[in-house]
Amino acid sequence: MSAKLARREHRTAWLFLTPLVVVMLMVAVWPLGRTFFFSFTDAYLDDPAVYGMVGISNFIEVINDPAWWSAVRNTLTFAVISVAIETLLGLGIALLLNEAIPGRGLLRAAILVPWAIPVVVATKIWEWMLNDQFGVFNRILISLGLIDHGIAWTASSSLIMGVVIFIDVWMTTPFMVLLILAGLQTIPGEMMEAAEVDGIPAWKRFWSITLPLLKPAIGVAVLFRSLDAIRMFDLAYVLAASNQNVMTVSIYARDRLISFQELGVGSAASTWVFLLVALVAIILIGALRLDRSAGE
Amino acid sequence: MATTASTSSPVRIKRRSSAHYRLRRRVRKGALGVLILLVLAYTLFPYYWAIVSSTKQGAELYTTAFLPALNFSYYRQLFDNPVFMGSLLNSVFVATGTTVVSLALGIVSAYALGRLDFPQKRVVLMAILMISIFPQVAVLSGMFELINALGLYNRPSALIVTYLLSTVPFTTWILTTFIREFPRELEEAALIDGCSHFRILTRILLPLMGPSLASTGILAFILAWNEFLFALTFMLTDENKTVPVAIGLIGRTTRYEYPFGQIMAASVTVTLPLIIVVLIFQRRIVAGLTAGAVKG
Amino acid sequence: MASIALSSVTKTYGTHTVIRGVDLDIADGEFVVFVGPSGCGKSTLLRIVAGLVPASSGQVLIDGEEVTDVPASKRGVAFVFQSYALYPHMSVERNIGFALETMRLGKDAVRRKVETVARMLKVDHLLARRPRELSGGQRQRVAIGRALVREPEIFLFDEPLSNLDSDLRMEMRIEIARLHEDIKTTMVYVTHDQAEAMTLADRIVVLNQGSIEQVGTPLELYQSPVNRFVAGFIGSPRMNFADLAAGSGTNGFALPAGFLVDGGQPTSVGVRPEALSIVAAGAGRMDGILERVEDLGHEHFAYIRLSDETIWVVRVAGRPPAERRNQLVGLSFADADIFVFDGEGKRIAHRSSSALPEGVPAEGRLLHER
Repeated sequence: MSAKLARREHRTAWLFLTPLVVVMLMVAVWPLGRTFFFSFTDAYLDDPAVYGMVGISNFIEVINDPAWWSAVRNTLTFAVISVAIETLLGLGIALLLNEAIPGRGLLRAAILVPWAIPVVVATKIWEWMLNDQFGVFNRILISLGLIDHGIAWTASSSLIMGVVIFIDVWMTTPFMVLLILAGLQTIPGEMMEAAEVDGIPAWKRFWSITLPLLKPAIGVAVLFRSLDAIRMFDLAYVLAASNQNVMTVSIYARDRLISFQELGVGSAASTWVFLLVALVAIILIGALRLDRSAGE
Repeated sequence: MATTASTSSPVRIKRRSSAHYRLRRRVRKGALGVLILLVLAYTLFPYYWAIVSSTKQGAELYTTAFLPALNFSYYRQLFDNPVFMGSLLNSVFVATGTTVVSLALGIVSAYALGRLDFPQKRVVLMAILMISIFPQVAVLSGMFELINALGLYNRPSALIVTYLLSTVPFTTWILTTFIREFPRELEEAALIDGCSHFRILTRILLPLMGPSLASTGILAFILAWNEFLFALTFMLTDENKTVPVAIGLIGRTTRYEYPFGQIMAASVTVTLPLIIVVLIFQRRIVAGLTAGAVKG
Repeated sequence: MASIALSSVTKTYGTHTVIRGVDLDIADGEFVVFVGPSGCGKSTLLRIVAGLVPASSGQVLIDGEEVTDVPASKRGVAFVFQSYALYPHMSVERNIGFALETMRLGKDAVRRKVETVARMLKVDHLLARRPRELSGGQRQRVAIGRALVREPEIFLFDEPLSNLDSDLRMEMRIEIARLHEDIKTTMVYVTHDQAEAMTLADRIVVLNQGSIEQVGTPLELYQSPVNRFVAGFIGSPRMNFADLAAGSGTNGFALPAGFLVDGGQPTSVGVRPEALSIVAAGAGRMDGILERVEDLGHEHFAYIRLSDETIWVVRVAGRPPAERRNQLVGLSFADADIFVFDGEGKRIAHRSSSALPEGVPAEGRLLHER
């Protein structure tokens, strides 16, 4: 291709990308920039036009707030435990779905149901099922003789984090299953058969062949899910509003910003959230890269 | 070969009778069947229970009968409630608008990213990926300002603008992977005939991309339909709220008479269309979800 | 070392039957090749022997022991796949030695075995590489090495050479033949390439639509096919066929009176291309138009149109009569080269034909008929 033709193609490409660039500048870059900017001001939400520059004092105020650190702890606890359980459960269900057995088509469809349900709805359904007096969950446990009176799952401060994780696992394991299943399906069937004929026991086939070949798929799934888990807002908010025990960093930032109208401090908290997500993304992507290049 | 044979005697495989393995295979099959049933119950029971509960009236609601009572008065109340119906309409409007805009933006950008050559392509793709992992809360204050500047505060159309932050990178990314799967020969013939890139996109690719657009569109629709944080923050009055927020806030004020029956009826109502669409387009949706992730 | 016996083996997927009651005995140390057109069930049958596919009914015996339900991992067979099926994330060395890792042989013993096998297959200089850094031929050698290192009682090959180009295919074919001579292990080999079957096999099993058409040595199948299918499948170019109009003749050719030994209803005849020679029009047993001549250097093919639907191929050693193109020529052939078939495609013996394979050893006889 001649240089002139190539240049024309570059121009066409950017022409096609113009709408995307404009929209992204408008809804992503500019708002993010404004959030950064407000972090250094003492503005209030009722009149953002009136502000003074306060340097980094908002950032310091956030990290001096024990509620922020409790939110960080909650968020990380939630992210690590829920993603770990989802990965294991997702791997298990994906392996089950990969077996040639009757009922797997049905299961493949059924697995999409929790995924399609809005977070708010799923939370409400589980809240109802876990209700201390009338919830079906407690009723079943009582009739099995495991407990003698209903447990207030969502009201107890020690149990609520468990409940949040439990509901999140229910909603997002399907996503894990689909990604891992897609990874499983790229493993050639003849290769697994070769290992079988060669007398490799099932556990070793899984450990030495399936798992290493699945690593990239699992890595990508874990990356996506972890970043989602760290910005989690709706589930904990609907279930427990501003309950300290499950307050995530996103809830904390929004509380400061909207409920307390502190545009400056709230923006600083939002910026911290952004940096936290970026940090986790860099660590995970780095680990993925490292792993991939080690596999080369 | 004599050399190999002499290093040790051939390895004899220890094997048991054929009947032993037949039994073992049956047991394994049975166990897998049980597992499938367990997973089915895990994924489907909560939604089923929501349906059951939504058709029980008064004291019935608090019994553990596992069959629906088929009393639809909660639904009648719901449909007679102008606020709920209003939020349903808002949700339909917002989700449809978001889907249309992000598909249009996505397809044009995807053509440039999937088909045209230009030096900064990798940078653009990385930027899109980075925007898609932005925590929503990090742009909240800037978005607030943007919406006020556009004069859209407390108007459902504001949500369409804010949702583009997450849906456009998503549709662009997925459609790019889909476009790359089409054989290039299709357009090369047209290019030789002197077709412009815009004509190639609208006349050749677009008619072929029906299924890809459908699956991407469904995913974008679900994303918009389920969104909570922006909808909660930017819609002030009840008549402008979307359904997830409306459901999320039911019972917030009345802590004692928690109207679970109505909540369940509302939950079933807003989820049923999604579940039906998802089950119908099962294969396409899985293709879309994994197309987005495999490239990551 | 082991023998294999299949009795009334069937395989159905839902309502679709892939294998219809196959009986077959394979002797210890024998090299048996399954051939047939695609979809005839040959690969499925091999997988049933390996235990990768469970038979729907019937029995599989290895060395006289019933193994019908024994999983593949306990059968002590080795399997070489068309796709090579190497483990992409392991080095060649680990690929070959992987099966030994669970046998508690000790690291040194495993390494020694791997090296011996690698040397034998001429891949010893590649041990540190990954499969994707190898050529197709090298991958196939590694795949064979992986099978060899376990010293299995039975080797199964599923179209192992189909992904190689023709030169390499020939080379590997010779190596596999030599391998069998060296280790004398029972081998079952699936291919759709009848040249591979003819050159490798002690005995060939011709499969069609899930049933065995005929079992026999390459020569038996060539000289005395039991039916039109086998006659057409074995030999290259394939046998020429012509229908006998109303059971009597075609294009001036009719079966001589008293030609058939014990009657039967002849409906078609066949003659192999290499049994035909071109003579002057009217001087042979049939006439046709010489339409086309193909010159491959060492051999030549002439295409002769006998009727609107029938073109016969003639293989000629010398220069073909290209100057007689589009002219009427005659075809001559000996009585002994005529194969006569009845309405169901069964071959009918005639006074000059080689005997139908009744006298072949029991294990070579057609055990099942459709």
